[in-house]
Parts: sequence; C-alpha cells; structure tokens
Amino acid sequence: MSTPSTPTAEAVAAPPRRRPGLFRTAWRFGRTKVGVVLTALVVLVAVVGPFVAPYTPTEFVAKPFETGVDGVLFGGDNRGRDVLTRFLWGGWTLLVLAGAAAGIGVAAGTVVGIVAGYQGGWLDNALMRVNDVLLAFPQLIAALLVMSIIGPQVWLIVAVIAVSHLPRVARVIREATRKVIEQDYVKAAEAIGLPRTRIMAVEILPNVTSPLLVELGLRLTYSIGVVAVLGFLGMGLQPPTADWGLMINENRQGMAVQPWAVALPVTAIAVLTIGANLITDGLSRAAIGIDRGVEK
Amino acid sequence: MTQENTPDDTTALLVDGLTVIGRPSDVEIISGVSITVRRGEILGLVGESGSGKTTLGLSLLAHCKRATEISGGRVEVAGADLATLSEQGVRALRGRAVAYIPQSPASALNPALRLRTQLREALHDSSLSAGEVSERVREVLREVALPDDDAFLARYPHQLSGGQQQRVAIAMAFIGRPDVIVLDEPTTGLDVTTQAHVLDTIRRMTRDYGTAGVYISHDMAVVAGLADEIAVMYQGELVERGRTEEVMAAPGHEYTRRLLRAVPLLRTDHRPEESAPEEEPLLRVRGLSAGYGRTTVLEDIDVSVSRGECVALLGESGSGKTTLSRSVVGLHHQFSGEMLFDGARLATGSYRRTAEQRRRVQYVFQNPYEALNPRKRVRDQILGPYRHLVGRPQDPDAVVAEALERAALSASYANRFPEQLSGGERQRVCIARAVATKPDLLVCDEITSALDVSVQAEIVALLRNLQDAGMALLFVTHNIALVSNIADRVAVLNKGRIVEYGPVGEVMSAPEHEYTRALIADTPDFAPQGA
Amino acid sequence: MTRLIVVRLLFGALTLWAVSLVVFAATQALPGDAAQLILGRDATPERLAVLREQLNLGEPVAVQYMQWLQGIVQGDLGTSFSNRRPVAEYLASPVQSSLTLMGLSALVATPVALAVGAFSALRRDRAFDHTSSMGTLIVASIPEFVVGILLILLLGPGGLDLFPSVYARQGGPDQWILPVLTLSLAVAPPIVRMMRATMIEVLESEYVQQARLKGMSERLVLWRHAAPNAIGPVAQVVALQLAWLAGGVVAIEYLFNFPGVGKVLMDAIANRDVPLIQAVVLLIAGIYILVNLVADVIGLAANPKVRVANR
Repeated sequence: MSTPSTPTAEAVAAPPRRRPGLFRTAWRFGRTKVGVVLTALVVLVAVVGPFVAPYTPTEFVAKPFETGVDGVLFGGDNRGRDVLTRFLWGGWTLLVLAGAAAGIGVAAGTVVGIVAGYQGGWLDNALMRVNDVLLAFPQLIAALLVMSIIGPQVWLIVAVIAVSHLPRVARVIREATRKVIEQDYVKAAEAIGLPRTRIMAVEILPNVTSPLLVELGLRLTYSIGVVAVLGFLGMGLQPPTADWGLMINENRQGMAVQPWAVALPVTAIAVLTIGANLITDGLSRAAIGIDRGVEK
Repeated sequence: MTQENTPDDTTALLVDGLTVIGRPSDVEIISGVSITVRRGEILGLVGESGSGKTTLGLSLLAHCKRATEISGGRVEVAGADLATLSEQGVRALRGRAVAYIPQSPASALNPALRLRTQLREALHDSSLSAGEVSERVREVLREVALPDDDAFLARYPHQLSGGQQQRVAIAMAFIGRPDVIVLDEPTTGLDVTTQAHVLDTIRRMTRDYGTAGVYISHDMAVVAGLADEIAVMYQGELVERGRTEEVMAAPGHEYTRRLLRAVPLLRTDHRPEESAPEEEPLLRVRGLSAGYGRTTVLEDIDVSVSRGECVALLGESGSGKTTLSRSVVGLHHQFSGEMLFDGARLATGSYRRTAEQRRRVQYVFQNPYEALNPRKRVRDQILGPYRHLVGRPQDPDAVVAEALERAALSASYANRFPEQLSGGERQRVCIARAVATKPDLLVCDEITSALDVSVQAEIVALLRNLQDAGMALLFVTHNIALVSNIADRVAVLNKGRIVEYGPVGEVMSAPEHEYTRALIADTPDFAPQGA
Repeated sequence: MTRLIVVRLLFGALTLWAVSLVVFAATQALPGDAAQLILGRDATPERLAVLREQLNLGEPVAVQYMQWLQGIVQGDLGTSFSNRRPVAEYLASPVQSSLTLMGLSALVATPVALAVGAFSALRRDRAFDHTSSMGTLIVASIPEFVVGILLILLLGPGGLDLFPSVYARQGGPDQWILPVLTLSLAVAPPIVRMMRATMIEVLESEYVQQARLKGMSERLVLWRHAAPNAIGPVAQVVALQLAWLAGGVVAIEYLFNFPGVGKVLMDAIANRDVPLIQAVVLLIAGIYILVNLVADVIGLAANPKVRVANR
C-alpha cells in the first residue's frame, strides 16, 4: 500500500530512492548467489584447466579404461588417454560454442521480435509464420538433420543452435514489445514524429531488457545442453578433440568399470546448467518484481 | 468525532476500534476505526487510494488480504461478533448477513461459470427447494432491472455490458437479503448515466431490504448524493464522521475540507459571453469522419479552437472523443474531412506533418503511469522531443528548468526517474514535456482521470495558468463538472456525433439536446456550503 | 469455434508442408552433387549412380520435390539405402516402441506433476513448496541425457545395480524403468511449475475472492470456481511437453540403446541413409505439430469466450 500522494510542488525534499536495478534485485535471492558460485566454478575449470592439466589431451598414459595407475588420478579413457587432462581440456569448447550460439540467437531473435512487434501488419504476420515453421522442428532434430547431411562443423553447430533459438526468443520479445508499445510514451514519441528506428532503439529496447536477460540465461542453458548432447550423439566436435559431450559418448561403454570418464564431464555439465538456470531464475524473479513495481 | 457509538436495535453494523496490520512489517493499515450503520441507511466511506478503505470494507466480511491481519478491535454484524465465529460460522454469515459488491465486476464474476450458477450459489440456504431458489433468482434480477429469462441466466459474464455486470453483482449481493452490504467503489468505470442508474438501484434496494450499506468511494460527489452519513479516512485513520449534511456544511477536519474543495462543481449558472471567436481559429475541424477498419466511430464533426481558448470535448466512453483528439495530434490515421491548423492542412499521420506542425500541437495522455519512459530521467524525457522538434539547445538545463517551472515543478526534479515521482508529479512532467517546445495548442486526453481528486484540482489549476499565458487547449473529458469549470466552449459527443456545441455557459444553463440534459441530470448533486 | 479449429488445422497442414520443404532442401536440394555429398568422397561410382537414380537427381529440383512429396502422400517413404527395405515397413516396429515409451512416460509424469504443482500452490511459501520449486528448477536445468547418465551411474550396474542400463531384446520389463524415469523427469518440471503458477493466479483472482466472500466452502471454491479456469493453460503445457517428447526421445533412446525411432534416426545418420532420415524427421515433426495443434484446440475449448462466440 502506498501513502497518498501529497502535493510536493514546493516542498522538494530528497527524492525517494530508486528501486535497485535488475541485477541488484536478483542478487538478493540466495539462489542467484548459489548459481553464480556454481557457474563460476565450472567456468574456472574450463578456462584454467588446459594450463594445469598434467598431460596433453592426446597422449596415452594407461590401458583403455584402466584405473589405479600411479600419477593418473582418474585413470585412462577408452583409448588410454588421461581422463583428468581430457576433462580439464574439454570445457572451454563447450562454453565458447554455447555462448556464441546463445548470443547470436538472442541478438537476432530480439531484432526480429522488436521489429515484428512494433511494425505489426503484414511484416509481423510474415515473420511470425516463418517463426511457426521453424518452431515446428524440435530443437535437437533440426540440428541433427543439418549435421547429418553437411557434416559436423564448428560454425554449423553454432549456426544451427542460434537459428533454433531465434524463433523462441523472437516470440518472447515480440510479446514484451507489444506490451511496451501499448504504453503511451511510445505514442508520445510517435506524435512528435521520432523516426521508427529510433523509437525501437530508445523507447522499446531499454524497456524489454528484463525479458531479454532472462531469455539470454535460458538460451545459454539450452545451448549448453544442445552442444553437449550433439557431442554425446557424435554429431558435435569430432575426435580426437577433448570435449565433455564427446567424452561421454566415447566412454559410456565402459561406464561400469571406469565411471570417472563419464562422471566428471556429466557432473560438470549438470553443475554448469544448474548454475546458469539458478541465475536465470533469479533474474526472472527480479524482472517480475520490477515489472510489477509500478504502483497505481 | 463527536458521534456517540451506542448501538440500538436498528444498528446492523458496529465496528469498534478496528486495527489491521500488515505482515511482516507490522505497519498499521487501518488504526482504531469505529463506525456504526443503521438498517436502511448508507454510510459513505471516503478516502484516496491507499487510505485503507478497502481493507476496512473487507474486514467487515472477516476477510483479510494476503499478509494482513486484524490485530485489535471488534466487528459486529447483526449482533454477531465476527471474531468469535468459527470458519464455518463466517461462511454461513457471508452472503446471508453481510454481502460484498466488488469494484470491478468484470474480474469478480467467474469467467468460466454461467450467471445461473453464480447467482444460485450465492443464496446458500439449504432450507430452500431448487424451485424456490430459481424463483428468488428471478425476483432479484427483476429488482435490479435485468431480464429474468433462461436465455439470460445461461449467459457467461463476458456476454454482458459493464453496467449489466455490475447489476448482476448487485443482484448477487442482495439475493440473500443481507443485513449489511459492503460496496467497494461499485461504479468505477461506468459512464455517468449508467452510474446514476446503478446508484439509484443501490439506494432503493438498501431501503426496501432494510440493509445497512457501506459505500466505499474516492468520489465525494457520489457519496454526498447517496449516503446518509459520511466517514472520511486518511492514512488508515478515520478523521471525520457525521451526517452527510453536517459534514458537507461544516467539515471538521482539514483533509475533508481539502477533499471538498477539490471536487469540481457543476456550474449551471449563465456566465457573460466571452468575446466572439476571431476570424480564423487556430484549429478548424470540418466534416471529419474517422473509424477503425470498417467501423465508423466519428461522423461529420465540426469543431474549432481559437488562440488562447479552451474547448472541451465532452463524452462518455465509446463516444469517440479520444479518437478525435488522437486524430488532431496525428496518432489516429484513419480519418477524412478537413483539419486546418493555423490555416494549413494537417496530414493524417504525425509522420506526414511538418516538424513545425508537430511542435505546435502537443498531446498529454490520460495515464501518467504509462506516458513516461521508465528508463529515462525527467531531463531526458523533456529534452528528447525538444531536440527532435526544435533543435539542439544552447543551454539544455535552462530548457528543462523552464519547462518544469511552467508545470509548477522545481528544477531539482530533472534528475529523477519516473518511478521516483507520484502520480500527480508524473502528470506534471508530461505537461512539462509537452510545453517545453512552446506549442500553441495542447490536447489533453482525460488527463485527470487517473489521479486522486485533490491532485486533479491542482492539475486543472495548472492548465488554467497555461491558458492564461496564451495557450489554446482541447480538453477531452467525461466529467461534465470539470468542463463547466475550465472550458470556454464545449462540444458534447454522443455515439460519434456532436449533439451540442456552444459556449459553456449556454450549454450548461440551457442545454438543448436531451442527451446533454440527461448528462446534467445524472451528474451527482453536490453542493457543499462550507467549503 | 469450429471455424477457428478448422483454421488451425489448415495452418497445421501448411506448416507440415513447409517442414517437408525444409527437410527436402536440407537433404536433397543441396548445391553440388547431392549423391556425392551424401555418400562421401570414397563412394564407388556404382553406388553414386544408384543413388542418383533413386533420388531422381537427373530431374530439375522442383520435379524431384514433387515426386518425393507425391510418394510421401501416398505412403511411399522410399526405400532404405542400408537394408533395402521399404522405409514405411521398416519403421513400423520402432514407431510402436517409441510411442509406448512416450506414452508410459506421459502416464507417469503428468499426474504426479499436476499433484505436486497443485499441492505446492496450496502450500505456497511453505517447506513443500520451496523443496519442489528447487527440485523442479534443478531437474529442469540438466540436459535430459545427463539426467539419464546420472540415473545409470546411480541405479545402474555400476552403482546400486537395481535396473539394467541397456535395452536388450530378451530383457525383462525392468529395462523400461530407467528410460521411462529419465523421460518423466525431463517432462515433469514445466508441468509442475505451470500448475503451481496457474493455481496461484486463479486462487488470488478477484472472482475466487468473491466466491469466498459469498460464503462458498473451500471445496466448492477450489473445484467449481478455480479448477475450470486453470484447466486451459495447464492442459496446454501438458500437451507441449508431450510434443517435446517427440524430439526428446532421440538422445534417450541412443543412451539406453532403445529400439525406437530415435535410435533408427541415429543409425540412419551414421549410414547416411537419406530416405530413412527424411522419413523419421518428417514423422517427428509431424507428431510435434499434431500435439501442438491439440494443445491449441484445448486452449480454445477451455475458454468460454471462444466457445460461446462462434456457435
């Protein structure tokens, strides 16, 4: 409940404090902090890992699936390479690919979403119909279809995942845009004849940042999952690259005798996605709070 | 607060020292409120948003919103102390001894259930047979002047008009012949004519049923015409209470006086005619028609605004008044007819008008909560249009300060964000933004309707100052009293046509069209002697 | 409402057609020699010739597409490259297995998820709600194949050794447990969250408050006033999750070596068996579109405004 507004034309004391921003509000939730810690942990392993790895990712240090070898902490993998080294090397590719795919997909989806939502009419219809067709493919199936024919290539992995994000992001941002353009400040800008591109950049974009950040987090989590599952299905990065998804694929036959080669990357992926999703959840809770914050 | 609090046998509702606090902060939402209401009478509970009047209303039904609780005091409905009742007892009481009519029936009627179901269940009296229940449903529908046939009962809420929905809500409340009925701003959003009918129905029903009514409202004018007794709430406390005539004649509390002063009076006295409009008006609209798609909402509109003149467009929701004002400013594109501004034709869309035309015609929106970009400081809200329409200012701070000053705000507001402003302050910033470019014509679309009454009066005073400084105003509103106070000439819009057009004094004192006459008659009488 | 549904159906058909275009374009209408691209560099000239013949590569692209589409419409999905059997016949058994797997998972996941969601809403901000909210958040984050592997590590032969981790033709019914459990865990979280959110929204609505103020008992409030308004959005999410299953089974079948369409797809990709790839992708997209369509229709039917508007 707000106190009734009193005339303040002459009595200007210190202005009421601004509500804290999205990040600050999100940081107040315990889950956001946990998410940041978990994510940072995995990112640290992925980034620092290659520099501290005891061996090179391709040298043979043990027999296939052999454990308990001296100086080889987690044993050898399906071909006798050091599991720990391959684990430490295998993260950054995942992070870079997932990050790039999410970034490109969200950026493109935002542009499409704002343009469709603001311009409306036939352009909106056309964009959204194309969107519907793209949405008719389950994300993974679309990626597999393209990979299977053109072959697994790094740029293609990024492109396919980004394209599969595009319609989903566009849909969310379009909805957010439509809510914003109902607001009179957009009409005020139209009434003075501000160019439409400027209206989209200055009046609309800053007011859809909350759903945008939430989408980014969500798409990042999905990207990690898709990159990993592509690797797992053998359709991602190719041997002999050290990659967490691929590691799981290569070593899953020996899971019963040498669980480490699967357990390490699986745990890392799980911790990373949980961390990213906790942050996203914090952001989305904060965003809901902020959007509701306008007291009437 | 001199009213004695002794109940007698005609007392249906007794509230004594009621206090409700919010959890977990323990802030008192209402503190120590005492009221009594007799059978067949209505108590008007007046206060602005946030004064705690709705909280009080709900506590009369032993209902607390999430995270609030009653921490002290007593509520007796028809002799039964609510605090002593079990959950089951409270349920039996609701609808039978005390009933509630919500603010917006559109959201309070269940969208998934037919009217029959919702009406029948409100009469939860197991001693009645199914036939008797049906009979009672039909009877109460007739009493609120709704059809009582099966086809009507089979409808869903969304198939009714706003006025009908409110009547259904009233019927639902009266169906169990309650001792006490709580009405929470039940006419919000209804146009004047519908409001008058609904108020009439409420008055008649409480009298016929011998029900004690608690009518919650922010509108002093409505309450003055309806209630036998008035209680004024301010920041959770009851600051004044007494018979309506007494409160109106001699308000005891400063806040009540402010409320009374703020209500625009309907002036029907004939004022001396202002000088005749000059040869070429600033804005001339001739033979304008406008619509959306194939529906026409405006037809054959002739209106003109002279320099320094205030012309009011008076109409209820759906009359097309907003469409007309948006056409003038270039936000509504689909119109035909002649629209001349300072002798030059205005194109249909703002983007096809010259920058000079856009600079000289500015618009202020209805809802100040939606009219400011929440991500921009006040300074940038004002400078944005200025840069686009006038050019890069030499001294931007001076531009901002001057605009704020014309809107009666100090320059220190420049660095605030909209969220740091109250509703009234926001509307002032909107006005500052509009006047920064020194326009000749300001189009104001219901700019006071989203604000509390006391703030409304300040905004109206501000507009009058602007007009005195030479600005022409096109003032769009549904409030006839406001028109009689601010405008020089008025155009009355009904169903897309101007039914009456002339100097305010003439129209108010001798309305020619029956629609105008009905509007004036339906506007609540309000005549505070002491204000 | 019938008209709205017909429009949706037509639109679904149109989408399916567009999907067929994309599938065709991605597999056959590639720049250069599609046969060479499909079979790889070390393909024998004879095999290349056979493939060109089978895909009608000699004809213009539009004609190729028309012939391909005509075949599909008539139920002729072509002949598998790798085992020379008609694709339609070859797919019959895997489709059945996959549908069984999906159906079982839906049967397990949906009621449990609905119950957990509803109970969380009623116990809002209490221990149960917090636990289930955290649990669904965590499970929803992890990619489903990772959930599967974690379950294998925990319950499979390497861990507690409760259930078999690989599907075998002679295996007992307990080999269904881990795949069904994995898919159920993947499907459930969004249903739980939607159920909870919708219930809370409905329970806090003014019409539910009004029902309480009318003196209705909690049971009536819940079942008569709240439930009908919650069905629409929840049913839609359930349907969407079932649609997700169509794509989600691929990785899970691959993981558990389960003989369904997902496994067929992965084998087909490994063998570059184009007709089979085309058929499976079309099939999965078709199921996906169909279930989405059902979700749409449910959403329409649950809304009295739509139901009454176009009698």
